Amino acid sequence: MHGSIHVAELRKTYREPVLDGLDLDVGGGVFALLGPNGAGKTTLVSILTTLVLPDSGAVTISGVDVLADPAAARRELSVTGQETTLDELLTGRENLVMLGRLLGLGGAATARADHLLDQFGLRQAARRTVSTYSGGMRRRLDLAASMLRQPSVLFLDEPTTGLDPASRAKVWDDVRGLAAAGTTIFLTTQTLDEAEALADRIAVLDRGRIIADGTAAELTARVGGQRLVLLDANGRELRSIDTDGTADSLRRAVADLDTGQLGAHVELRSPTLDDAFAALTHREEISA
Amino acid sequence: MSTLTQPAHTPTVRYGTGPLRASTIFVGRSIRHSLRDGEGLVMAVALPIMLMLMFTFVFGGAISGDGYIDYVVPGVILITAGFGASSVAVSVNRDLTRGAMRRFRSMPIPAATVLVGHTVASMIRNLVATAVVIGVAVAVGFRPDATPVEWLGALGLVTLWIITVTALFAFVGLAAGSPEAAGAYGFGLLFLPYVSSAFAPIDTMPGWLQPVATYQPVNPIIETIRGLLVGGETAPWAALAWCGGIIAVAAVLVVWRFPRSRDR
Repeated sequence: MHGSIHVAELRKTYREPVLDGLDLDVGGGVFALLGPNGAGKTTLVSILTTLVLPDSGAVTISGVDVLADPAAARRELSVTGQETTLDELLTGRENLVMLGRLLGLGGAATARADHLLDQFGLRQAARRTVSTYSGGMRRRLDLAASMLRQPSVLFLDEPTTGLDPASRAKVWDDVRGLAAAGTTIFLTTQTLDEAEALADRIAVLDRGRIIADGTAAELTARVGGQRLVLLDANGRELRSIDTDGTADSLRRAVADLDTGQLGAHVELRSPTLDDAFAALTHREEISA
Repeated sequence: MSTLTQPAHTPTVRYGTGPLRASTIFVGRSIRHSLRDGEGLVMAVALPIMLMLMFTFVFGGAISGDGYIDYVVPGVILITAGFGASSVAVSVNRDLTRGAMRRFRSMPIPAATVLVGHTVASMIRNLVATAVVIGVAVAVGFRPDATPVEWLGALGLVTLWIITVTALFAFVGLAAGSPEAAGAYGFGLLFLPYVSSAFAPIDTMPGWLQPVATYQPVNPIIETIRGLLVGGETAPWAALAWCGGIIAVAAVLVVWRFPRSRDR
């Protein structure tokens, strides 16, 4: 129950359907939701975090009915969205201390704020107003704000967009740390290496529905086997032949080569999550 | 990473605060905003003082000769309070459009208490500004003959006017599209007193303008404050009715609008 997310038949229509009868169950760990722009990721996160009401459907977090008792649900969750939610006129430290006190940390709020400022490399900037912060610093402070407490579910909507590689790695570390301590992480991302690096389970959202759900290996396996790729001396791809990964299919692929291409280099490529994502969302587009 | 992995509290802790505690925290936040926005604070006080000095010393002689400062100060007090309070629209709108409200709404707190913070800070800010304006007015020759009870009545009415404008502009802040737009509405309030008895007696105005000047909400409030401080006609019931009516309408609008402002 603790840290679980349950979504059933969720519908939300703005001008057109954004969420179209979405079902989802997350028990714990790190869950990544992938989807192209406009797939409905942010709308879903907004509904799960009590910020937007759906047209219909059921949502529970840690067993709490989010739609019937949003106040109780807010005790269970914490969220960092794509837009930062900081007070520009206050300093970084004042932001965290205020939010900590609002959460009821009382006297412990200051210590917790200082600890997080250190953790996110913001100690130097702690006493500057947020209006002077760079985009990356704002993002880090916003993440720190979501980690003032240990929620049972932490929602991160594209948490590393706009971060430099070092900050990104740091955020990943923090996410892993929280997950190890028992917080369920619900992550949306457009960068597939992020999903692959962090998530135990990945789902693909497209046009308001989950169109694939599983581990990274399971998703890539759905796209098919390996490809035999012919490259010229400059590494350019000359030709690609699909195989199912068995020796027999490879032998046939090689036999199929024109004699003129035998001087080329040969590589055997496994499908990546990128291929899977492209194939999955593309297929949906064709059938729609 | 080991430090982060330790929970800030044991999982049995119920995170969050109630309305009273949250209001206190938000009042502190809004006061801090006011102090930090030094330019805004200086403008809110300096603008009415300049207005008062200009009317007293530049136009005063032409308008009604000696004693004009006693005539004009009550109107200036009202402009100070009203214009200052209208900045609450910017504060409220900034929270809505720049993201802070999204976090407050996702937290286990009554998010509407953020409005309490802005309102109380606006009261304090504008009472201080009003005191400074009255002080400067006395320094340049304003000589009220009010009894303590009349002073109390005048200050009570100014306070009520601040609440009125704050409530109205809290709604403007909820409804406006951007902090800049929200700020622009405040200027409207700066003009209302010009079409009243604030700077010149109404019977000197063109006939068609006289009813507008007489029956607009600011006029009875200015007349009453002037009557209490330096003598003359008062219209306390009209003043109270206007303030009470506007507060009631604004409160209904805020309560209606606040939950609907979250889809943005």
